Amino acid sequence: MTTMPYLEPRQTLPRRLLDWVVEWLPAFVVFALGLVTWQWILPDVVGIERFLLPRFSAVAETFWTERDALWSAGWFTFKEALGGWVAGCSLAFLAALVLARWRPLGRALMPYAIAANAIPIIAFAPITNAWFGTFSPTSKMAVAAVLCFFPVLVNSLRGLTSVRPESIELMRSYAASEVSIFWRVRIPTSLPFVFSGLKVASVLAMIGAIVGDYFGGSIEALGIQIRSSVGLSQFEYAWAAIVVASILGLLFYGAISLTERLVLHWHPSRRRGE
Amino acid sequence: MSSSELVVSLKGVSKAFAAGVLALESIDLEVRRGDFVSLIGPSGCGKSTLLRIIGDITEPTSGEVVVNGKPARKAREDRDYGIVFQAPVLFDWRTVERNIALPLEMEGWDRSRRQARIAEMLELVELTGFEKHYPWQLSGGMQQRVSIARALAFSPALLLMDEPFGALDEMTRERLNLELLRIWAETGSSVVFVTHSIAEAVFLSTHVVVMTPRPGRVSACVEIDLPQPRTQETREDPRFFELVTEVREALHATGADEVEEQLAAEGPA
Repeated sequence: MTTMPYLEPRQTLPRRLLDWVVEWLPAFVVFALGLVTWQWILPDVVGIERFLLPRFSAVAETFWTERDALWSAGWFTFKEALGGWVAGCSLAFLAALVLARWRPLGRALMPYAIAANAIPIIAFAPITNAWFGTFSPTSKMAVAAVLCFFPVLVNSLRGLTSVRPESIELMRSYAASEVSIFWRVRIPTSLPFVFSGLKVASVLAMIGAIVGDYFGGSIEALGIQIRSSVGLSQFEYAWAAIVVASILGLLFYGAISLTERLVLHWHPSRRRGE
Repeated sequence: MSSSELVVSLKGVSKAFAAGVLALESIDLEVRRGDFVSLIGPSGCGKSTLLRIIGDITEPTSGEVVVNGKPARKAREDRDYGIVFQAPVLFDWRTVERNIALPLEMEGWDRSRRQARIAEMLELVELTGFEKHYPWQLSGGMQQRVSIARALAFSPALLLMDEPFGALDEMTRERLNLELLRIWAETGSSVVFVTHSIAEAVFLSTHVVVMTPRPGRVSACVEIDLPQPRTQETREDPRFFELVTEVREALHATGADEVEEQLAAEGPA
């Protein structure tokens, strides 16, 4: 039997460029309208004051002139977020492995994990300052880690236990050990779930680090700089710092998405054109 | 007949589920080397459970299960059988060749030996050239052929099949029936095959075991004396129709309403 793989017809380069422009045009138009509103309509027509929202050009200028200070603060806080993310996610995945292996334990603890998922953990930020020291990045990492822990735990456990029974029966027919079943079936099955947990956690880790900074910390931290520049009426600086935080958050999320695409290249959702 | 020829031997096997439902009651069954035995019966007669008991995936409540002359547990640990389910149960993250390699990895075969065996298996199920494809890139029938190749990878003496073609369209099903018979003849293995299609059971088997529901019992064993090898023409043989009628009547004799429903759903054979 011979079957030819289906190949999409190749299009000429100008044609593809045109398609790309047509597809993205609405998004570009919205972006441009947003900037125009921010720069002229809000301050000149609506009369929004500078302390509420400075003009786009003023924020952009500060973003450029203060770039060294902003990015160094951004990097400082990003390291707090990353540290918390790594610690929180690894612990959560290990916990999920344990709870998936010993199901009665999982059934006993899961209601609490799901409940913990719903409580505003960020409220603990001042407490971690007391535990680990206000000026230590560890206190921010702790907040970020706790924020990351529950979504990754819940997602991973769901992934590890959503294996179809026949897969387990197949492995049993090979007299596979429990470790082998985890390694060859449960963990690969869980990966799409784990990655959605990791992506949610990356957003939470940035929130945890910045809000952790708000409750006190080193002057090098982005959250502290946002808070103090607002206090000093340097609104352009605060907004530029928020832009830095947004860019870092997007890059963090994007990096995980990219890793996901590489790791899960086998996933049926990767099929094109369907 | 020497007992070494006995591949499967069940004596008084019963299975009760926790809720007190008796799924199987004192089943006796023998499968000899080279036999192709179909278990047929309406839904809920426990035929899939019986297959899983032979494979030691489910434990019987009582009775004796001997596979390849040893207790079922030992036979499973020695990987004496291959199993095929209704769904192909391929692992999405493994390519076709790595899916077939799975049992060989579990057996600890080295890479070069595995590669040679995979090539042989792909040829057997006529999928050469699809080594690097992922399961979702194949049709349902092709996926099921991969799962048959995987089950046969370490040449087990026994092949357990749980409605393997139940989810496929009629055309694909008939083609795979012929392919399975060819593989069975080439490998000389024994097959225990669960189905609810009378025509499929008669066409494939040397023996058709008719089961009754609730509790599952063996009500008849029909020997299928159609000549080998079977071809598309076998389906038009008058003897084929006689045997189909015989199996159908055996099913009717069980008297269960479910049987009637099953036959109505299936239409004329």
